[in-house]
Formats: sequence, structure tokens, C-alpha cells
Amino acid sequence: MLDKTGIAKRIAKEVKNGMYINLGIGIPTLVANYIPQNVHVVLQSENGLLGIGPFPKEQEIDADFINAGKQTVTMMPGSALFSSSDSFGMIRSGKVNLTILGAMEVSEQGDIANWKVPGKMVKGMGGAMDLVASAKNIIVAMQHCSKEGASKLLKNCSLPITGLKCVKKIVSDMAVLEVMPEGGFRLLERAPGVSVEQIKNATEGHLLVAGEIPEMKI
Amino acid sequence: MIDKRVSGAEEAVQDIPDHAILMLGGFGLCGIPENTIQALLKKGVKGLTCISNNAGVDDFGIGLLLQTRQVKKMIASYVGENAEFERQLLSGELEVELIPQGTLAERCRAGGAGIPAFFTPAGVGTEVAEGKETRIFDGKTYLMEHWLRADFSIVKAWKGDYAGNLIYRGTARNFNPMMATAGNITIAEVEELVPPGELDPNQIHTPGIFIHRIFQGKHYEKRIEQRTISK
Repeated sequence: MLDKTGIAKRIAKEVKNGMYINLGIGIPTLVANYIPQNVHVVLQSENGLLGIGPFPKEQEIDADFINAGKQTVTMMPGSALFSSSDSFGMIRSGKVNLTILGAMEVSEQGDIANWKVPGKMVKGMGGAMDLVASAKNIIVAMQHCSKEGASKLLKNCSLPITGLKCVKKIVSDMAVLEVMPEGGFRLLERAPGVSVEQIKNATEGHLLVAGEIPEMKI
Repeated sequence: MIDKRVSGAEEAVQDIPDHAILMLGGFGLCGIPENTIQALLKKGVKGLTCISNNAGVDDFGIGLLLQTRQVKKMIASYVGENAEFERQLLSGELEVELIPQGTLAERCRAGGAGIPAFFTPAGVGTEVAEGKETRIFDGKTYLMEHWLRADFSIVKAWKGDYAGNLIYRGTARNFNPMMATAGNITIAEVEELVPPGELDPNQIHTPGIFIHRIFQGKHYEKRIEQRTISK
């Protein structure tokens, strides 16, 4: 089983040279730490920054520079600043190549639920609905099962939907899976020490297993 | 040059009535109109509808107006980080409308651009789409969303001149430029107010035509929500 860092490290391998990427809050933010030095990408923050740099040093902290998680950030050489409408313009028009975000549930059709749990305080969808509705390539970072052991990779989402048929790939603590265009989760890789049988038992939605399933290399 | 200067936040808000619809710029606590929020607090206007990406924190930003029960309705995309907000929402004192962030930005932009409605893919198939018209363009389904306009838009910029021309700084720009265009009356507070001619016209983000009142704010706290440093 992978921990959060392991999931982030595995997702970092999906990042390719020349991509503009939007990272969600939580595990997706950690991905930035594991992108190889020779892979040149630009990180987009939906509050109006292309080219997110590292967190500032104490003396560099500037309240006018934050990311979408409201954390203080710096800029990179070649960064650009813009308004929220320009920001979502680049998201809706497909200029942002890759979106990595967390999920509470994903269905075998690629539907995602990650913004609301009925009966609990609703904080809002933020930019998640805009991102999932438009991104061409969405990778989800998530736990395969709930703390109670219930699968989060389902036939149909039980929680309120954030977007329909949008997730392309999932990296969970147990596996890497591709959502097939015709529906179903195709198993690509197993986490170290996890068997295909365990993944089958942990996946409620239709799981496609073809041939030998390799163990992830991280 | 048309001089848009007012003496300060108190004068800028003097005719804002109870039950007004306000837009307030900012993302989290970044780029929020701190001085004008204080003036609204002091004035005590009630029953406000506030359109803003977030609702501040308990003791800062729009959170201050929630503490004093001046807000009747909040229109936002994300309202975490605020315990008083949660209490009022659960008790039914506060009405809340949640809108996808990009849709909120574009509805404000449309309001300032004279475009009453547009189609976006955000929210298709979700509860956001309930009761809304959908249409298919090139095989993909889109939702119709309407413009948003405000009685008063309140924005914060870095620099401004007497004519109301504005320049923002860093990610404090966020929702301010669109909201500036969508107000029947737009109030701008700036960190530095300069005479006309001192700002380079090539660098202006919001042209002064959108601004009705401008003043130089005082004592900016610029509170940081997540002070994150690299070791």
C-alpha cells in the first residue's frame, strides 16, 4: 500500500515535458515535489498565477502572492499573473493540459464526486467543477477504500457529482487504473505488496484485468 | 480627467442602503477591500447580499460582517474556514448560493460586459444544473448561466489614480477586475493613490471608466491564511 507521498511520487511520473498543470489541494500539491528536474512544466494556480514557484523563505513572504490553497508562494522566472476570469478561460478552453485532483468517489464511467457529503458542512466546489468539466486529462489521487473498508471505486457515485465522465486515470494507495471510454476500471499497476485479488476485492465497479499486472516502480 | 476621489471609506459607503447587493473582490483574504469592509461594519447596514469568492475567516474580511449579522445572503464558490458562517448556515439565519468558481468569475465578467447569459460546461450533470437550460454545441452539453451585477462593487487595487485607473499586484488581482466592471456604483480602495499621469497607461488593468469612487486605504493588515515557508 502506498502512503500519500507514494501516491504523489507515482503521479509525478505521469507529468511530461511542456505541460501546463493544475494541482488540487492535498496529495496533488505534493506531486510538485517529485517532478524530475529535466521535466519542464508550468504549474497553474486558478487564483491567477502561471508558474508557481517554491514556498517563500521567511524573509520573502508576501501576502499578495498565494496559491489556490491560500498558501504563500513565490513565482518562477517567466511567471504570469492574471484575473480569475482569464484563469478559468485557460482552463475551459483546454490550454491547461493536465489536472490532478483528489476524489471521495469515482464511478466506472469516470464520474467524480469530491465536493459535498450530505449532512455535513458544505464548503463549496471552488474551482473543481470548472476543472473537471473542461480538462482533457484528469488524474485522480485517492484512497481506494474508506476507513471502514468500503470501496470508493464504484459502479455509480453515491455522493453528489462534481462532473460526469471526466476521470481518465486513478492513482490510489493500491493501484494505478485507467477509466475505459466504454466504462470500467482497467488495472494497470499494483502498489508494492498488493495482489490483484486484493484490488478486485476493494473495487466495487467493473475491474478489467488483462494479463500480468506489474508492480509500480516509484 | 474626471476626478473620482472621495475622502475615505466612510464617504465611499455613505449611500449604501440596507438590503443592497454587493460584490467584494478578493480570493481568501488576498486582495480584499479591508477599509471598505470596516466602514460597512461601522455604518451597520443590514440585510446585505454579498457576492464574493469566499466569506473571509471568523475575525477578518467578510467574516466581520457575518459576526454582526449584516449579511442576509452569501453568493460564493468556497466558504470553508469560517465557524460563524457554518453556525448561521445550519441555523438558517444565512442564505447561501454556491457557484463554481469559474462560473462566478465569468458571471461577473458578463455583468460588466453587457452579456446577459452564456454557456459553460461547468456543473453539467450536477445539482448546479438543476432548473437551468442546457444546450449541445459540437456534441458537448453546456449550461446557461446568467450575468451577475451589483448595486455596489467594492474592489481593492495596489495603485490607482484620481481618474480611477487601477493596477493590481500579484494574485491580489483575482476577482477584482471583473467585479470592478459589474457594479452600478464601483468603489475602489488602493494602497497608493497618485495624480493622473503618474501611472503608465500601458500598464492599467482596470480603466477608470468603471470606477465611481476611489480613495487611498489605511493600515492594510493583509492577513495571511496559510503562512507556508520552505526550509
